[in-house]
Amino acid sequence: MLGEFDLEIPDSIEEALELLAADDAPAPLAGGTNMLVDMRAGGTRPERVVSLARLEGVRWIAERDGRIAVGGGTTVSDLLQDERIAEHGASLVGAARVFAGQMVRNTATVAGNVAYGSPAADLVPPLMALDAGVTLMSKSASRTVPLADYFTGYRQTVRKPDELIAEISWPKRGAGMADLFYKLARRKGDAITVTGVAVSLALAGGKCAGVRIALGAVAPVVMRARKAEAMLDGQAPDAALIEAAARQAAQECDPIDDVRASAEYRRHTVHMLVRRLVGQAVEHLR
Amino acid sequence: MAREKTLTLKINGRRETATLPSHRTLLEALRGMGHVEVKSGCEKGDCGACAVLVDGAAVDSCLTLAWTVEGRAITTVAGLGDADSPHPLQQAFADTGAAQCGYCTPGLIVAAQSMLNDNPDPDEDDIRLALGGNLCRCTGYTKVFEAVGQAAMAMKARGGDS
Ligand SMILES: Cc1cc2nc3c(=O)[nH]c(=O)nc-3n(C[C@H](O)[C@H](O)[C@H](O)COP(=O)(O)OP(=O)(O)OC[C@H]3O[C@@H](n4cnc5c(N)ncnc54)[C@H](O)[C@@H]3O)c2cc1C
Repeated sequence: MLGEFDLEIPDSIEEALELLAADDAPAPLAGGTNMLVDMRAGGTRPERVVSLARLEGVRWIAERDGRIAVGGGTTVSDLLQDERIAEHGASLVGAARVFAGQMVRNTATVAGNVAYGSPAADLVPPLMALDAGVTLMSKSASRTVPLADYFTGYRQTVRKPDELIAEISWPKRGAGMADLFYKLARRKGDAITVTGVAVSLALAGGKCAGVRIALGAVAPVVMRARKAEAMLDGQAPDAALIEAAARQAAQECDPIDDVRASAEYRRHTVHMLVRRLVGQAVEHLR
Repeated sequence: MAREKTLTLKINGRRETATLPSHRTLLEALRGMGHVEVKSGCEKGDCGACAVLVDGAAVDSCLTLAWTVEGRAITTVAGLGDADSPHPLQQAFADTGAAQCGYCTPGLIVAAQSMLNDNPDPDEDDIRLALGGNLCRCTGYTKVFEAVGQAAMAMKARGGDS
């Protein structure tokens, strides 16, 4: 049984932002696939909840100003059914395919996955490797933060209580670019990530450019392996360099032991998966 | 701000009224209103036994607040068909022996219908992807995949209705 709470179900984002501006900052509830589970387990007990489930105009995918933009209320299932996402975010589609089961995908939102701040959130590594920005909106202002700067600590983010994630967007992809995601877990469906790796890079004149390596579930937050990225950028990627960069990524992460895996295993899998995905991206572009 | 209200839910094509507190899940509401074909399993989105269609898409009713689906078309497995006029999925589950204890069956059929609403011509991968959120602890899944494949073919043959 869930505990009791006041529930409001506004129709518009303006109304929702008005409600969130109250001093006692009610909790926004989207698909509920994180929050209702937590509430039932007694992990959080909000007094007031603002449901985003009936908001008009928050579930959309658009192509504009050279970017792909996704409304906060877009579901994981929506990502699987859109050609623009397939073309400009293959790694994100890859993450959506191994995300929970159908019923959860049908309600789980992109904003909820990011806002919850779990290091194991599967949409986050691909979005981070795609250089996504998060647009936060409050009653009085709107700002866009790079996703790579959005998380400040384990389940801590830059979002203020009166803000909602209105949109997440990233630059369109062009020829010569590849992005890949791999989720290591006990099963393909309905399992929590042990290690998640997203890689995005371009190959120009035989050299790597714009390399992004984002690691999930191996640090308090989803993180970029920036030193590993720097080793590859501007270089011709041969097997030795890819191996060295992968080893560097494993050095940079900061995993823990938990019920799903040991820290040592997680570090090893970062090494293996970064090597594999960078290699596959390069292969794909050659 | 009220913590209880009277709302009208559209369940299997009929309007039903109930007075429910804000924290009531759709699962609890449906079972409380007599729709016990909707099963309660894990109550945290892992098992899919409680799946129902909301406007044609399967959701876990245990993770849905009843207030948020007021006016939406809610369909349980009983709304798809019954023993006298079974839905092709129900018929195929019976024909292939895809149900054993039967507890997961309502959720499996609802999840399969949700997939067929978007994709009337699924291959085995599509079926596996669509049913990944439904746990069965007795028969396993082979006959279930077979049943869904058969039902999809039967539905296409008769022109994709229902
Ligand atoms: C069985 C099961 C399997 C799962 N499998 C996976 C998986 O494979 N991979 C994975 O990554 N996750 C998984 N999850 C977790 C969850 O489904 C996702 O994180 C999902 O994207 C959360 O979205 P939601 O809309 O349900 O968020 P909610 O639970 O509604 O909210 C989550 C958090 O985000 C906040 N929030 C929601 N929307 C906004 C907004 N617009 N602006 C600001 N804050 C907001 C809420 O206040 C809350 O703190 C699983 C969950 C379950 C129950």
